Amino acid sequence: MIRFEDVVLRYPHAASPAVNGISLESAPGRITAVVGPNGSGKSTLVRALLGRIPLEQGRITWMGERIERFDRRQLARELAVVPQREEPAFPLRVRDYIALGRHPHGGPFAGRNSADHDAVAHAIARTDVEGFSERNTDALSGGEWQRVRIARALAQGGRALVLDEPTTFLDIAHEMSVFELLDALAREGQGILLVSHQLNLVARFADHIVLLHRGQVAAAGTPNDVMRGEVLERVYEWPLVVSRDPAVGAPVLVPLRGRGTR
Amino acid sequence: MKSIHWLLLVGTVLVAVAFGVAGGAVSIPLGDVLRALSGEGDATTVAIVQNLRLPRVVLGLAVGAGLAVSGTALQTTLRNPLAEPYLLGVSGGAAAGAVLAVTLGLASSAFLPLAAFAGAMAAVVVVLLVARAVAGHADPRVLLMAGVVVGAFCTALIMVALATAPENTVRGALWWMMGSLGDAQWRSVRWVMLYVLIGVALLFVWARDVDVLALGEEAAASLGLPVERVTRRIYFAASLLAAATVAGAGLIGFVGLIVPAIGRALGARNTREAIVAAALAGAALVVGADLLARTALRPAELPLGAVTALVGVPFFLWRLRRMR
Repeated sequence: MIRFEDVVLRYPHAASPAVNGISLESAPGRITAVVGPNGSGKSTLVRALLGRIPLEQGRITWMGERIERFDRRQLARELAVVPQREEPAFPLRVRDYIALGRHPHGGPFAGRNSADHDAVAHAIARTDVEGFSERNTDALSGGEWQRVRIARALAQGGRALVLDEPTTFLDIAHEMSVFELLDALAREGQGILLVSHQLNLVARFADHIVLLHRGQVAAAGTPNDVMRGEVLERVYEWPLVVSRDPAVGAPVLVPLRGRGTR
Repeated sequence: MKSIHWLLLVGTVLVAVAFGVAGGAVSIPLGDVLRALSGEGDATTVAIVQNLRLPRVVLGLAVGAGLAVSGTALQTTLRNPLAEPYLLGVSGGAAAGAVLAVTLGLASSAFLPLAAFAGAMAAVVVVLLVARAVAGHADPRVLLMAGVVVGAFCTALIMVALATAPENTVRGALWWMMGSLGDAQWRSVRWVMLYVLIGVALLFVWARDVDVLALGEEAAASLGLPVERVTRRIYFAASLLAAATVAGAGLIGFVGLIVPAIGRALGARNTREAIVAAALAGAALVVGADLLARTALRPAELPLGAVTALVGVPFFLWRLRRMR
């Protein structure tokens, strides 16, 4: 269980905080999605979880304990993060890349034990990347690369998965396959905390949505609670309507043409 | 990497060593070299092999391995295939430190690498501070530019020391600027070897952390790595290596740039493999380049730094083209 309590975060030398009093939690077995316009503070939350930006106020806890109290390696064994940007400096074989997920488990010379092999094999099978596990990371398509990154996070063997925009640049099929994978992982008990721009997909897959606006929570709750036209219109500053998808019944956001003219 | 590639690398080193000892102003047949190694044969040949050629070749092995491993670690850590101690100003700082020690009359074989190391660390600190002031963090591209500027500044410092120093130290300072294995004596070679061994061993132990750093800062942090601390550590060990090579042989550019790419081209799968491959290839390259420096315009001897630059610059341009 990841919990943010009244968290205030500020980048060095910034006049105003990037995150100003946000509270949210990500529970096991559920997909919790953080959405909001660019610059609303979504990725800053992920960075704070990685310890890359100091906490100005509030608490961030994992299993009830402040994350600063954890050794970062220990935390990495329990909670995996897939950051927004990541590109190996030099191409790696996919299987070796996924095995880097075991880094928090071993010392500088520790050989790979059976737990490591099992975790890597499980991660490869679970994300369906077996077919290109012998290829190099620079020979993957965008969708393959995202799945490989999720496999690396799964190999860490934790109970929670945090993903920052895992479907950017992906086409519909790959986007759907990532969301289906996250859904399945949640059903298996993983806690999924997802930062995403894909409001319509989030509305179909997430159990709980937190909508951010200028560093604060504008709305939070089930997809039906959050996906309301007047709220989204105010936050995104663009005319839009929310209807209901006739096929699956989920709320669907439709942005309108031209400011104010429907 | 496949066994055939390892064999190829080891074979290249052995060939380089054999020709390095046999070739030079006077060519010595390989059979005589082998006899001279065990102290047999003509006294002059024994003296040339044991006191001139062998320490020179061993210094070349240490310098080449040190520069190549330093470059491998820096390129992977900074995620930039153009990073290397020479271009990052580390070698320039080391040379300035060494020249300063010589002009102050503090140059014992044990102390010289330390003075060079102090200079290298000073250059590293300045480069990191400049990069932080300009980009807010250690942006690899800014680091490289800051390194070139700091390197130029160190060269200027050496020039000043050179202009004000007594006649006999001028030659020494010039020698540092151009790079040479010509001053190799067992006494100093031993110290260079020791420092190179320490640096390579440290990086070999920390290689898995470098693998993770190569994924980028946020990904490394997500795997529980203390990014800043580990980066500083790698920089420290890479600087120790660069400083030891400068103390032993002066400024030799481009070895740290070219050789890491060879390791990767041969299919090194992780930093540990890349370090061992770079050490072998770098050792062979410098011994080979030194042989070329000694024999190309015999009896004149070319500066080793000039030979590696003549090979390295076209390679650098080719890399730059591929980076776009």
